[in-house]
Amino acid sequence: MSAVTSLPLFGPVAALLVAATIISAHAEIPLNERRSGYADLGRETKAMQDDDTANPAMLAVLDGEALWNARTGNGRACAGCHGDAKTSMKGVAARYPAYEPKLNRPVNLDQRINTCRVERQEAKPLAYESKDLLALSTYIGMQSRGEPIAPPTDPRLTPFREAGRATYIRRQGQLNLSCAQCHDDNWSRKLAGNIIPQAHPNGYPLYRLEWQSIGSLQRRLRNCLIGMRAEHYDYGSPEYVDLEAYLMWRARGMPMETPAVRP
Amino acid sequence: MARALINVPAKAKRGEIITIKTLISHVMESGFRHTSTGVRIPRDIIDTFTCTFNGEEIFRAALHPAIAANPFITFHTVATESGTFTFKWTGDGQFSQTETASIVVE
Repeated sequence: MSAVTSLPLFGPVAALLVAATIISAHAEIPLNERRSGYADLGRETKAMQDDDTANPAMLAVLDGEALWNARTGNGRACAGCHGDAKTSMKGVAARYPAYEPKLNRPVNLDQRINTCRVERQEAKPLAYESKDLLALSTYIGMQSRGEPIAPPTDPRLTPFREAGRATYIRRQGQLNLSCAQCHDDNWSRKLAGNIIPQAHPNGYPLYRLEWQSIGSLQRRLRNCLIGMRAEHYDYGSPEYVDLEAYLMWRARGMPMETPAVRP
Repeated sequence: MARALINVPAKAKRGEIITIKTLISHVMESGFRHTSTGVRIPRDIIDTFTCTFNGEEIFRAALHPAIAANPFITFHTVATESGTFTFKWTGDGQFSQTETASIVVE
């Protein structure tokens, strides 16, 4: 600090250099050191995720299956066009967020479901975090269980992924924290008695014991932002989708666990 | 109707100890919470769970407000004969749900 104040002319330059060093010094987790949040679960929680008759997220999967086959709006069901989700939706959730040319930006799976509802089924869009939307995205997500996360190679996604990465490494909120400070620099250490995970989005929508319900990745992001005492975004906002796109790219190749269970 | 998941082995040997797992979708609203405007959210819980086998009660549990949403109840019994398990959850607001599962004992 004293060096900077004694050289006022070089102050801004030095500050810029420091900022540049922080950004370039931010090291991503090497691909072979990445691990799912599952690895940090307790024995009982692992058992809950491993057994489909004990995993409470399976209740949402059952609801989602019923909705998939239910006619709505103009009388079309998801199954009417897409057939059996077990084959048609395999690997789909592992590729979202995907680029939507009509909007000139990426959309996540929830938004794709709602686009389909409005345009093809002529039904009302479902509210974010509503029981029905979570049920459908969980049901669709589960068809990718075990599949590797495969973000699209579409170059049009790159700027959005970069924007997500910028949000990820930007300090924000009253605690002046960035996502990266916990999840890249201090994963496996503890925050208030809990193990800090690497923040991979490979199990969403997931059943969180603290929520006593299933929730989306955006709900988790909102939760983290509130914890950082930062202003959170509205559900479905571009900032969240960009962040999702970056997180999925960061977790590329990791197997999907949807529907996961987390404490 | 609430979603329920029952896990009973389809087959068992006579005298074998079997594990039964049940999971039901329910909010289990404790009755102690308030909305943002201060209105108390009324209690809405499952208070009783029973399991009968061929009409005879073999397991019963009382549930209380501190039990989390979507109660998961697992217990053991001895397979004596082939038959049907009947699971019944009852609770606030005339909540009542019945599910069955059968087992073949060899």
